[in-house]
Amino acid sequence: MLQYIKSYLGSNLTPGSAGNVFWAFVYIVAIFAGLSVAVIAMNWLERKILAHMQVRLGPMRVGPHGLLQPVADALKLLLKEDIMPAEADKLVFWLAPLIVVLAAFAVFTVVPFGPTHAVTDMNIGILFMLGVSSLGVLGVVMAGWASNSHYPLIGALRSSAQMVSYEVAMGLAVVSAVLMTSMNAQGTGTLSMIGIVQAQQQQAVWFIFKFFPLGFMAMGIFAIAMVAETNRAPFDLPEAESELTAGFHTEYSGFRWSLFFLAEYSAMIAVSSIAVTLWLGGWLRPFPNLLGGPRWDLVFSLVPGLSFLALGAMAAFNTFRMPRHSFFRVQTVGLALFGVLLAMIGVLMLVPGVRERVQDIFWFCFKVALFMYLYIWYRGTFPRYRFDQLMRVGWKVLLPAGLGVLILTAIVGVLV
Amino acid sequence: MVPITTTHYLVVAAALFVLGVIGVLTRRNVVIVLMSIELILNAVNLNLVAFSRMWGLHGQVFAIFVVVDAAAEAAVGLGILIAFFRNKETINMDEIDLLKW
Amino acid sequence: MNPVATPFFFYLLSTMAIVGGVMVIVRRNAVHSAIALIVTLLSVAGLYLMLYAPFVAGVQIIVYAGGIMVLFLFVIMLVNIDRSMKERTFNKQWWVAIVAAVALGALFVSVFVKSKGLFPERGLPLAEESNTQQIGLYLYGNYMFAFEIASLLLLVAIIGAVVMAKKRI
Repeated sequence: MLQYIKSYLGSNLTPGSAGNVFWAFVYIVAIFAGLSVAVIAMNWLERKILAHMQVRLGPMRVGPHGLLQPVADALKLLLKEDIMPAEADKLVFWLAPLIVVLAAFAVFTVVPFGPTHAVTDMNIGILFMLGVSSLGVLGVVMAGWASNSHYPLIGALRSSAQMVSYEVAMGLAVVSAVLMTSMNAQGTGTLSMIGIVQAQQQQAVWFIFKFFPLGFMAMGIFAIAMVAETNRAPFDLPEAESELTAGFHTEYSGFRWSLFFLAEYSAMIAVSSIAVTLWLGGWLRPFPNLLGGPRWDLVFSLVPGLSFLALGAMAAFNTFRMPRHSFFRVQTVGLALFGVLLAMIGVLMLVPGVRERVQDIFWFCFKVALFMYLYIWYRGTFPRYRFDQLMRVGWKVLLPAGLGVLILTAIVGVLV
Repeated sequence: MVPITTTHYLVVAAALFVLGVIGVLTRRNVVIVLMSIELILNAVNLNLVAFSRMWGLHGQVFAIFVVVDAAAEAAVGLGILIAFFRNKETINMDEIDLLKW
Repeated sequence: MNPVATPFFFYLLSTMAIVGGVMVIVRRNAVHSAIALIVTLLSVAGLYLMLYAPFVAGVQIIVYAGGIMVLFLFVIMLVNIDRSMKERTFNKQWWVAIVAAVALGALFVSVFVKSKGLFPERGLPLAEESNTQQIGLYLYGNYMFAFEIASLLLLVAIIGAVVMAKKRI
């Protein structure tokens, strides 16, 4: 048994490819836990960043700077009464959030956090990701229909029309990136997520910079389509609160609603990680060509630990800025402990054996975090689209643009 | 347990095909008739892919063409259904019996 | 690496597929039928994976489950199903259909029994790693003409669907 566990450690395969069930299970649990933490952190960050964009403070009361607010929210949601409308279709109403959550989490089996840090490496990886994440729309439609109420039904109709339309443009952008993987000496492309990143490593260029405006345009199309896919502002018509109360999940409450919430955020992380893998070099560190060589490798491998130390220093700085009053004593101590925790993680990441293993995961998560920040930024900046405008953008702008980029990429690839 | 052979897959495909035929012939709801046609196409696809395990990839390529065909059929069929529903306020097969109205 | 094609998964997936198929044709509510059909489609995709056809499985999930079934659910919501819920589920000739289907099933069984030796026990070991590349080569090589015809068919279908759904006929 112990031999079985140890036998994987030396290999340079993903647990799924090595056929090691134990480590695959460990990875699944780790990704699940990491995602839950990320969703909780995202909840807090979104509220704080939006608040600061609007020159407010945001949550401040529960915990230092509202750090415990998401925990309090989660507790509230779990303790809430679970209401099911009397006229609802019980089975479908029960099944819908389950499908949404399953679709949102299942895609993470192929997300490559590093050359070996993925649950498995499928040779249809990107196809699998797109396919399974498109199953989420089924759950949304079922939720809207099963509620047997008008707002959810309209929300579900909007959401299905929107997600199916933008999937087309998204697929075209993805195909143009997959086409770029085939432009090596052997002339064979790949659909595997790890293979795509390795292709970028081999060709020594991130696909966003390849054939300059083309890769960039493809990523732009994807970046717009993915906001629509995840029903976020400015394309959040399925849950536009001024028109439809809360859209397809109006009738949901308590735990079931929190499942929708969880699924929405993990779907956001999933599509962001597709974008990072396809165009931003996945786990590769930034500036591989400009700042190459072993010395810069060392510098970049120190970045994860140092950034956590910086976060810890920020917490420490804010600890000293806390009001000196006995009411705030618990919060001050809490913030100091949080800073110490962050600093300890940072120190751990600086240890030579650990930092080489951790830096891939760090760079991947860092790029995904940039996309998550973009999501919040959009929400704070853009007004909501009207539905016909949304459809027009999808079918008349993004789809032809995606086709054009695909054809041009193919032509340039043949010529170069 | 006996190892799984091609015949096993063919039996599953045959069962799906028969189910689809029953659905097409007995149901009155047009949407479900279209879904039964999808069942039939899936049975055919399963056969094709099962045979492609023996004879090379031609079966899989043809299965992809069948999927394309299914998508086209579903789109046109549902379009006709919506147009029909606008005029007659029903989606029953039995009541689609006029050539012109 | 252990083979995935274990009998257990085969029986599980095929049972799910057939039960889903039965639910499609016996449920009165069209949405329940659609959900049952989704179960069938996903199990069939699993069977494709067991047959070493990952690309077809991916296409099955992305086109059928993610595209066509969403279209079906969309249309079911647009057309009013309350009325058809109250009416008879099956038409008057249902017994003829059952007889025809049983005859068809008997035909299949006789074919399988008669041709037992014709189907080889084990297939060729298809290369799973290069499956997608191989299919691509076939699609753009041997089947180029069929591919173009298929794209034309899709174009016709798009136009047809738009005309049908948009205009007042």
